Amino acid sequence: MLGKEVSTTDEFVKGLWRENPVFIQVLGLCPALAVSNTAINALTMGLATTFVLLMSGMSVSALRNFIPREARIVSFICIIASFVTAVDYLIQAISIELSRSLGAFIALIVVNCLILGRAEAFASKNTFGRSVLDALGMGVGFTVALLWIGVVREILGSGSLFGVALLPDTFQTWTVMVLPSGGFFAMAMWLLLVNWVNERAADAEKRAQEATP
Amino acid sequence: MSDASHWSVFLNAALVNNFVLAYFLGLCPFFGVSARLETAVRMGGAVSFVMLVASVCAYLINLLLDAVNAPYLKIISYILVIASTVQLVEMLMRKLSPPTFRAMGIYLPLITTNCAILGLALFQTNRGYGFTQAITYALGAGIGFALALVLMAGVREKLDLANVPNLVKGTAAALIVAGILSMGFMGFAGLGR
Amino acid sequence: MNIPGPIQQPPTSAWSMYRAIVGIGAMCALLIVTVYQTTADRIRENQERFLAAAVSQILPAAQTTVAVVQTEDGRLEEAVETPALPVFMGYNADGELVGAVVTAQGMGYQDNIRVLYAYSFELDAIVGFKVLDSKETPGLGDKIEKEPHFLANFEALDATLTPDGDALLHPIVTVKQGQKLQPWQLDGITGATITSEAIGNILNDSANTWAPVLEKNSHAFAIREISEEQ
Repeated sequence: MLGKEVSTTDEFVKGLWRENPVFIQVLGLCPALAVSNTAINALTMGLATTFVLLMSGMSVSALRNFIPREARIVSFICIIASFVTAVDYLIQAISIELSRSLGAFIALIVVNCLILGRAEAFASKNTFGRSVLDALGMGVGFTVALLWIGVVREILGSGSLFGVALLPDTFQTWTVMVLPSGGFFAMAMWLLLVNWVNERAADAEKRAQEATP
Repeated sequence: MSDASHWSVFLNAALVNNFVLAYFLGLCPFFGVSARLETAVRMGGAVSFVMLVASVCAYLINLLLDAVNAPYLKIISYILVIASTVQLVEMLMRKLSPPTFRAMGIYLPLITTNCAILGLALFQTNRGYGFTQAITYALGAGIGFALALVLMAGVREKLDLANVPNLVKGTAAALIVAGILSMGFMGFAGLGR
Repeated sequence: MNIPGPIQQPPTSAWSMYRAIVGIGAMCALLIVTVYQTTADRIRENQERFLAAAVSQILPAAQTTVAVVQTEDGRLEEAVETPALPVFMGYNADGELVGAVVTAQGMGYQDNIRVLYAYSFELDAIVGFKVLDSKETPGLGDKIEKEPHFLANFEALDATLTPDGDALLHPIVTVKQGQKLQPWQLDGITGATITSEAIGNILNDSANTWAPVLEKNSHAFAIREISEEQ
């Protein structure tokens, strides 16, 4: 996608907004909507995904000259699945309650299109250092996106944030927000906002270009 | 072996807890392929087939891994089996129906990363379904997935012809439609108990 | 998604394919096994703590528990490995049997519900109840977890057996809220009928399976030697 030299900080920053995995690339939707019904779930899922992204990105990049073209996808899948299994057990060791509320969705990180996508599109073709930055940027961008959705859903749907009651009891919670439909709506809402911001930025740039001949 | 009746397992997988609209599984192909009815139907069929095979294999993998006490190999075994099955389906399709193969394009290999199939294997393990229950579950899930896909495609084809504001076009509109469909499917809750 | 065009490359040798697949496979296996071994103890501790907390919540008199399974001829024996739905005998500090704790699951309104309940041999009744896993509708079905009048059902939910001890004398059944007349009825929750009925069914099925076996074998398990390490 980029033919020119990309600064190293940009490798990290691009994952946060310009190439945000959830809102721009529209990848990794499944977990984004499924486990974002509370902020703590969203945060845990985001961190777990970032961990797998980072570890698999590092591994793929380090091994990129060692893996033949035909065995690419199978190797990536093996590596990703191993780290996901590892993170699954790590979370169980940290907190059984958290592991229960996330259910099978930690295991589903394996099929998060984002991780396979980054391994294929970036880590297998770039140096170790750049891959680390890319993975971190994408991971943080993903976590932040998940948190946006999770915070909105938890505040509107349960009146709390990270389990702490925020809104008074008189507030009639919008239960739909913690249900699956709410996930779709919350994401649509943020997507609209992101599109609107990007459109305005693009318009402003166009007008600036037209102003200077 | 879970106590659930086969009928309730089927209905649950297809309608009540529809994989796409209730569990958010299989969203990537859901938004990617549902723009046209034809591809939606074919994708639904391919996914259903892979689900059936994956379900049977997951059941056998569980038996094997529990016998050798290596539960930590489950995730990696499931995904490798799924990847192989998708390769198989790809080869079969290329031989039996080249036009379909070309129409599906990149989405066929993407079935491997379809969360719905791995999700099927994981859920069926967690709920402790027996062999026939697992097959019923896979059938129900596949049909439910195809149903959601077809419904979505139908609506999106109509939406393409409507006057939608630029901002909302594309994914945002699809998400809102999905949210409404999901609410609709909530009406099935409590069915077939 | 970017699909790269066809790249002209020499075909990969069999050796480098073999080397890659086996190498990656070995590294992955090593990683998985290492993490599994390092976390296994901690995970088991966590699970035991979780269970102990749940048991002490519903059967406070129990200090130690012993997992049991049913054999084919209707007897009880100590479990060698934890089954999917564990059942425990509970003992107090003196090693006397104070009750049993049973895990049960069944289909609710939305999804599977897993519950834990305490059975008292003295009272022939269910005396404690806790929801372990539920995905019922927030604000409605999830009331089974906390609603006081529903939990009051479990102060002594009758589970007397028939004279021959093979089944429940009166099936546990859910009734509309406020209409509970008999000790074996479950006062439901208005607005969460299906979930309340599901709990009734889950408890009824489970008690019918377990109460007879537990009663018949209670003498064999009546006293437990308290070992020094407990």
